[in-house]
Amino acid sequence: MSADKNVIKEESMIIQKEMISRNYDAITSKMETGRKMASTFVPGNLNELVRCFDMLNNLPEINAIQAGMRKLTGGYIMEAEKGGHSEDVCTYVKADIGQLGKGNIAPNGKPYPDPDVLLLSYTGCYTFMKWFELLREQYKCPTVMIHVPYQGDGNWTMNMRDYIVKQLKDEVIPTFEKISGVKFDIDRLREMMALSAKAEDDLVWVIETAKHKPSPIDAYFGAVYYVGPIFSAFRGTQEAVDYYKVLKKEIQYRIDNKMGPITPEGEMKEQKYRIVVEGPPNWTNFREFWKMFYDEGAVVVASSYSKVGGTYDMGFRHDPKNPLESLAEYCLGCYTNRNLPTRVEILEKYINDYEADGLLTNSIKSCNSFSAGQLMMMREVEKRTGKPGAFIETDLVDPRYFSAANVKNRLESYFQMIEQKRRGVKSAA
Amino acid sequence: MGTQEIVAKCQAIFEDLNFTHAREWKKAAPNRKVIGFMPVYVPLELIHAANALPLGIMGGGDQMEVIHGDAYYQSYICRIPRSTIELGVTGRLDFVDMMLFPFVCDVIRNLSGIWKMMFPNVVSRFFDTPQNFEEKIGGTYYEHELLELKEAIEQTTGNKITDDALRNSIKLYNENRKLIWGLYDARAKEPWKFPTWELYVIMRAGIMMPVEEHNQLLKDYAAAAHQEDRPKRDNSRIVLNGSFCEQPPLNLIKSIEMAGCYVVDDDYVLVNRFLTSDVPVEGDPLKNLSLTYIKHSVETACKYVPKEEDKGQYLVERIKKCGAEGVIFAAPSFCDPALLDRPMLSHRVTEHNIPSISFKYAENSGQMQPIREQAGTFADSIKLWN
Repeated sequence: MSADKNVIKEESMIIQKEMISRNYDAITSKMETGRKMASTFVPGNLNELVRCFDMLNNLPEINAIQAGMRKLTGGYIMEAEKGGHSEDVCTYVKADIGQLGKGNIAPNGKPYPDPDVLLLSYTGCYTFMKWFELLREQYKCPTVMIHVPYQGDGNWTMNMRDYIVKQLKDEVIPTFEKISGVKFDIDRLREMMALSAKAEDDLVWVIETAKHKPSPIDAYFGAVYYVGPIFSAFRGTQEAVDYYKVLKKEIQYRIDNKMGPITPEGEMKEQKYRIVVEGPPNWTNFREFWKMFYDEGAVVVASSYSKVGGTYDMGFRHDPKNPLESLAEYCLGCYTNRNLPTRVEILEKYINDYEADGLLTNSIKSCNSFSAGQLMMMREVEKRTGKPGAFIETDLVDPRYFSAANVKNRLESYFQMIEQKRRGVKSAA
Repeated sequence: MGTQEIVAKCQAIFEDLNFTHAREWKKAAPNRKVIGFMPVYVPLELIHAANALPLGIMGGGDQMEVIHGDAYYQSYICRIPRSTIELGVTGRLDFVDMMLFPFVCDVIRNLSGIWKMMFPNVVSRFFDTPQNFEEKIGGTYYEHELLELKEAIEQTTGNKITDDALRNSIKLYNENRKLIWGLYDARAKEPWKFPTWELYVIMRAGIMMPVEEHNQLLKDYAAAAHQEDRPKRDNSRIVLNGSFCEQPPLNLIKSIEMAGCYVVDDDYVLVNRFLTSDVPVEGDPLKNLSLTYIKHSVETACKYVPKEEDKGQYLVERIKKCGAEGVIFAAPSFCDPALLDRPMLSHRVTEHNIPSISFKYAENSGQMQPIREQAGTFADSIKLWN
């Protein structure tokens, strides 16, 4: 056990906790403040646009994650299944629907208010479409949809981009003007997008620090916190820019002092394995899951999940000069909106750029968007890099599908396999 | 030809996992190409106009043992991608020049990428149909997508698709849809004369043969079925919903019928009746294909319904039009579209006092007894209580 038992709370953690808490307070007090609220999704979210209309942004996936980490989703999912939802489908959806049936209580103990509009950004996940049809049935509120075409051939075309821009201009913006009573101001959008780009620059700096040895961050378990402000309600705000400045400073300190990432049990001292992870984490047993890594000295140096809300490390930045076109390109470029050969290329690049020992896939039972095809992807990455892959299976927020013993067993075997591979290379030399 | 002969011929084509009928069609003349497509919808007219055969690939069914395919998919993913991979790796699709993967769900979408990696010498494309149904937004986008698809097909086949050729194909497929909708109407009126399992094999074979041949076959079957003297039973009239992608084994359909249900509407093999009106022949054919899709296509789970009040209305209207007394929601296991849609559709039919039940299947389901019991109990309950 390499980690220090003393819990260390860094300044960025405290800031982020306060930001999230303030956001939940703003959401749950919307009836008193009179602010309007849009529910939307993380990948392809149009936070800058929503904020242009002085509206709040509520994200059902994040709410499901929050509930998952507080071990509430098991009950919510059962509630949804009792109501006729299949055991086979996305557990975020069922956690969200089930939560509605059980009072819809936010992490601050107050009820979530009904959204004024559902902004359905269809990016890289079919389930989104049905999720918002299901929520619309509950809330009976307007739903505006942006259909984002899939990058089936590994690139987007002008026809795809124009299609999204047209949807923004002709449907999303007029609907938001009507609901909010606020006239659309493109200069305001430009200002926010400039702030987005600043924060995105810093996020990429943070993510890429994992190239250092030892890595000062964990690019999976730690990165889910680092992407929090940008993937949720804060992209396009000065708060997000400030948060990343503080975070950068902390990580720079760790780099200067050859320190590892901060885990829930303190600083991770020894880094024996550098791993790239494909797929979302499990949220109901998040800490237990993370511990299985740092106890073995495994640090994640890159992950695909930390790109689910935007592939900024591949060069994309929100562009204030072409705001609507840039929003369209952002939606098109989200990780699961890219075809499988592109996803393989990304993972291959991570293995090489971050000098990783291998690829671990956490296949999520109820997320076909990520999971369908992952076995092929893993084989392809192994073939191209010569680095071993491993496969574990868990779920997003359904505790019935997290088997700690099985996961631990597989991880331990995987780390042994990496050791053997290293020994093989040494003896061959 | 009598119905038995027609059905036997179609069943042989549908059960032939080497696709001999399509292979022979290709061999019969130079310049002929075969373009495979997955469920649910692709514009068959474009393929036909390039002197190519659109070949419907709806998985491997229950006759094929999946050995290699299981290595590609986790246990919690539906069966159609794994049996399709099996068809690919066992060389059964080695005569297919291009594969199209239309918008259905995340599994089919990701399968398009797997195909690119596994079969780099086959042109494969994800074909995105719009989810925005405004003429100037989704319509314009779709027209461009059709143009891109047209160019890709031309490149693969080496055959130019002229407007006149496309108009001719549109005419043939208009006729095909008219004949199919006609048969569906006839079945709704006299279901004892048009057993669903027979209609099903005729539709499955239809997506594996040239449209001209299928049109003749549909005419022959309709004429023969009307002449048949089949007894009318005291069955319940039901609609099947949820089976638009991975198809059930034939025995499942037979089991439902044997359990005392007349299936008076279904969503099997939806591609050949996805459009609900004729595509205009005059004018720009790509625009016509685009607008017909946008304005006149079926409601199914892989399409977005823009207004809450419209959700499920298509199903309710079909139920009423067919004079059905209940709905069986039959979805493949792990089918996101069908299973996520089911609660909403179920609520909508309940609002109209239409009874329903639901179960899941896979294309290789073998145990029919529970399904027969469930369907039989449902049929009895309709008779007793409605």
